Amino acid sequence: MPTPVQADLRTRLQDWLPRLVLAPSFATTLLFVYGFILFTLLLSFTGSRMLPNWTFVGFDNYQRLFGLQHWQIALKNIAIFASLYIAICTALGLLLAIFLDQKIRGEGVLRPIYLYPMALSFIVTGTAWKWFLDPGIGLERVMHLWGWESFTFTWIKSNTMAIYCIVIAAVWQSSGFVMAMFLAGLRGIDNEVLKAAQIDGASNWQLYRRIVIPLLRPAFLSAFVILAHLAIKSYDLVIALTGGGPGRSTEMPATFMYSYTFTRNQMGVGAASAVIMLMTIAAIMVPYLYAELKEKK
Amino acid sequence: MSAVTQDTAVSTGRVARAFIYLLLILFALFYLLPLYVMGVNSLKPLQEITGGNMMALPATWTLEPWRAAWSSAQIGVQPTGLKPYFINSILMVVPAVAISTVLGALNGYILTKWRFRGDTIVYGLMLFSCFIPFQIVLIPMAVVLGKLGLAGTVPGLILVHVVYGLGFTTLYFRNYYAAFPTELVRAAMMDGAGFFRIFWRILLPVSGPIAVVSIIWQFTNIWNDFLFGVSFGGTSQPMTAALNNLVQSSTGVKEYNVHFAAAILAALPTLVVYVVAGRYFVRGLMAGSVKG
Repeated sequence: MPTPVQADLRTRLQDWLPRLVLAPSFATTLLFVYGFILFTLLLSFTGSRMLPNWTFVGFDNYQRLFGLQHWQIALKNIAIFASLYIAICTALGLLLAIFLDQKIRGEGVLRPIYLYPMALSFIVTGTAWKWFLDPGIGLERVMHLWGWESFTFTWIKSNTMAIYCIVIAAVWQSSGFVMAMFLAGLRGIDNEVLKAAQIDGASNWQLYRRIVIPLLRPAFLSAFVILAHLAIKSYDLVIALTGGGPGRSTEMPATFMYSYTFTRNQMGVGAASAVIMLMTIAAIMVPYLYAELKEKK
Repeated sequence: MSAVTQDTAVSTGRVARAFIYLLLILFALFYLLPLYVMGVNSLKPLQEITGGNMMALPATWTLEPWRAAWSSAQIGVQPTGLKPYFINSILMVVPAVAISTVLGALNGYILTKWRFRGDTIVYGLMLFSCFIPFQIVLIPMAVVLGKLGLAGTVPGLILVHVVYGLGFTTLYFRNYYAAFPTELVRAAMMDGAGFFRIFWRILLPVSGPIAVVSIIWQFTNIWNDFLFGVSFGGTSQPMTAALNNLVQSSTGVKEYNVHFAAAILAALPTLVVYVVAGRYFVRGLMAGSVKG
């Protein structure tokens, strides 16, 4: 932090150098993030189809968007997917973290096993689960060959159940990461607090419910923010696992935006859907980031 | 994370412990299952998958699916295998990771040690860019890349990944440098050391741990990216797009064994990085993004 006393020790250039070095990064961010957001926002009010054109049509695209059954399906799916994905990942991550925190022998082996899926791309995850859940060669067939003839598991081929296959694969990929966040939180808790509560006669259950879990609040918040943001962005996994199908039954906003913009030549509607996605994420992220930045000052 | 002790005050009974171990092992199996399925089936001839049990070990072991996935499988219209796409991914990842990490380090240094009016706003704007859904930038990005003549090229993808990775690398280095004593920097200023000299001599030598985090994060994200690759890759598509292309192709017989081998090939670089340096990554991630 330069003070006036130090200022004469440096040349004027030195004074401006930091800002000059930062400038390209900041300018790129302004242009490629905020400029582009503005571009897409404006585009969502135009009648663009295959290419951008600048005839303004007011809120027509938004009206059309919310009138489309296709978009309604995407919204319903993201609601199901996001709530289950966030809830299951959080519950499972917390459970595994608490169990791993009980002086477990072999923790060093288990932890990387829980965590490695996060190193994979959603396309790889999708490919693996796609064939594993396929009734023709995967789980259902395996069960039949093992003698459980009446076993059926055809969710991935079903209009109503395929969305839950996406939840399974996504939970598989991310829950280990959530576990790591909770484990770090647990390891940061002062043991003296727990010992004091034990002396007062608290049971393990009470210990976790009344003391540990409330202390993990920051980890819950971080997990929620990261998972919510991953859920809304989910594109790859849907493409790799179901391709949005069967039919349109697993379409999500991210896949909707892509297909309307680039394959159906409805760029205005695609832009409008992207704006809705951004606003949803901003509603979650802005308060969180604001609080984070404020706290640090 | 492994630096933190395993000490806990909570004690558990014998039955409870047996239950905990059982559950932990069951979940370990759940996480390993897809890897096992991919592994064993990539080493079987096709008829053993279509006519046999997916969970069984190969009766005839073969490396043929791996060879096919690498050099002869049909990707789109060309029977090239994944090899050219693997090369695309490498050519894209290495410069993109290097550039975004170097810029992130400089940005973090400036935002903590050369603070100026409005630096929190600058940082806040860069930070928010980490969390935008990329759908919001797809259309203008396509337009701009087209205008620059970079559409469908590796340099175009490098540009995209540098731009949208900067927020993260800046975040990591900023949080890391914030904990570095500013007095040392001030003392060096008094001694007449300039901007770059201080960075080079004082900050950089202690930046190892966070550089590892930034590099692994960027490497994993860029290698695993699909949306940008498929949107702007054109003829220079990365590995993820090629894998998807192979698996989704609707023509001919579905060669599951080749698909599995291809999936492992696509996952291999990030898995190797994870196995070699994952510990530092998790440790740094905890320090950088969660506690802030």
